[in-house]
Amino acid sequence: MKFQKYANSFKDRPKYVSNCIKAFVAGGIICLIGHFIKDGFLSIGMNQETAGTWATVVLVCTAQLLTGFGVYDILGKLGGAGCSVPITGFANSVVAPAMEYKREGPVLGVGSKIFSLAGPVILLGLATSWAVGLIKWVLQIIF
Amino acid sequence: MGVKEGKGPQARWFDKILQDDYYGEKTFEKAESKLLKNSITMAIEKAGLKKQTIDVMLTGDLLNQLMSSSYMARDVSIPYLGLYGACSTMTESILLASVLVDGGFCTHTVAGASSHFATAERQFRMPLEHGNQRPPQAQWTATAAGAVTISQSLGRTDKPLCCITHGTVGRVVDPGITDTNFMGAAMAPAAFDTIRAHLTDTGRKSSDYDLILTGDLGRVGKKILLDLALKKSSQDEKDESVFRHFRKVYEDCGAIMYEDCQDTHAGGSGCGCSASIFAGRIVKEMRAGKYKRVLLVSTGALISTISKQQGETVPGIAHAVTVEVM
Repeated sequence: MKFQKYANSFKDRPKYVSNCIKAFVAGGIICLIGHFIKDGFLSIGMNQETAGTWATVVLVCTAQLLTGFGVYDILGKLGGAGCSVPITGFANSVVAPAMEYKREGPVLGVGSKIFSLAGPVILLGLATSWAVGLIKWVLQIIF
Repeated sequence: MGVKEGKGPQARWFDKILQDDYYGEKTFEKAESKLLKNSITMAIEKAGLKKQTIDVMLTGDLLNQLMSSSYMARDVSIPYLGLYGACSTMTESILLASVLVDGGFCTHTVAGASSHFATAERQFRMPLEHGNQRPPQAQWTATAAGAVTISQSLGRTDKPLCCITHGTVGRVVDPGITDTNFMGAAMAPAAFDTIRAHLTDTGRKSSDYDLILTGDLGRVGKKILLDLALKKSSQDEKDESVFRHFRKVYEDCGAIMYEDCQDTHAGGSGCGCSASIFAGRIVKEMRAGKYKRVLLVSTGALISTISKQQGETVPGIAHAVTVEVM
């Protein structure tokens, strides 16, 4: 631990402030685009829920395409968490391993590796929702 | 060398620079194998030898079960010993090849190593297209391969030849670093330990060398090694005389592989890093008379994908060989 501390004094500190600003702007732009898409769908007569679902679909598909064209990794490098936290980042984390393991075949390559990054998010996301659901159910019984 | 390395400051020393990191192959692994195969073939040709006369070749890479090396060995059909020393493989192979030649077991041997950014990234880190940020201390695995022939005698040559005169096998030193992106820090104490052991064993000082070259400590690791040398010198009188002028003769392959603007953060890494700079630049410079005695210290971070997931620390290793012009 002592050496780790000593070694840390030699490395450059990440640029926290500028990284935060970049992440804020990048994430904001993605959400803004999502909102415009949703408004577009609302204007053609969809209800709130359907328009929201379709906006998500469009964002996910766009992020997948951008990953395929080799653009999303550059956006991710610039935008950091701003590009990985929105649903577009999730789409990227599914498509990136799928592309990486294409040569290993459709079943044992893409099939088994596609969720190597997104899998833990899905599993733990579900587990958390179960836990929250359980707490809500218990609270409803008590009160 | 790969495309990115071919745009770096060392480009003019390299014998072949790829136009495409796939090198005309379907996978990056095959490309790495081909890269190593070409550098082995070129090393044999440059020595004026035929591959049938090579008694054994010792090579290694970073991939699981030495995929690149083994498939290269299948194609060239030269007796083969595969080595894994993480990024320290180049000195490990030179050291063992020299021992085989010096012991009279072999007449001609080849030692080499390779690494490829895309194959290493996929095995140790994230898929290439994943949008993430690398920390400032992270290093860039060089797409590179290097090889040298080590023979008992090549007869008369128009330029002087390099000889391996000493070798020091390094100890594994684990400074307790858990961040696998911070390999420079994990390897610097091992490099220091090996250099110190080498200088103590041979009774030499760092100023007896024209160049002491570590493998891939990168910019951060280089600073740590210099500081470790300085600290030890101030604590111990004997170390002070051994490490005097160390700063003047010391350089690191990873730190000079790329320009700052190439976005590699702390510099280059990988077995190919020290292999290509040693075989591509240093040997040529030595034969041209720039250096008389060089200490090559390739450094390795002995991590695996499993050790990383199990939360183990990153042990470092370094082996040293002295190369002299005769």
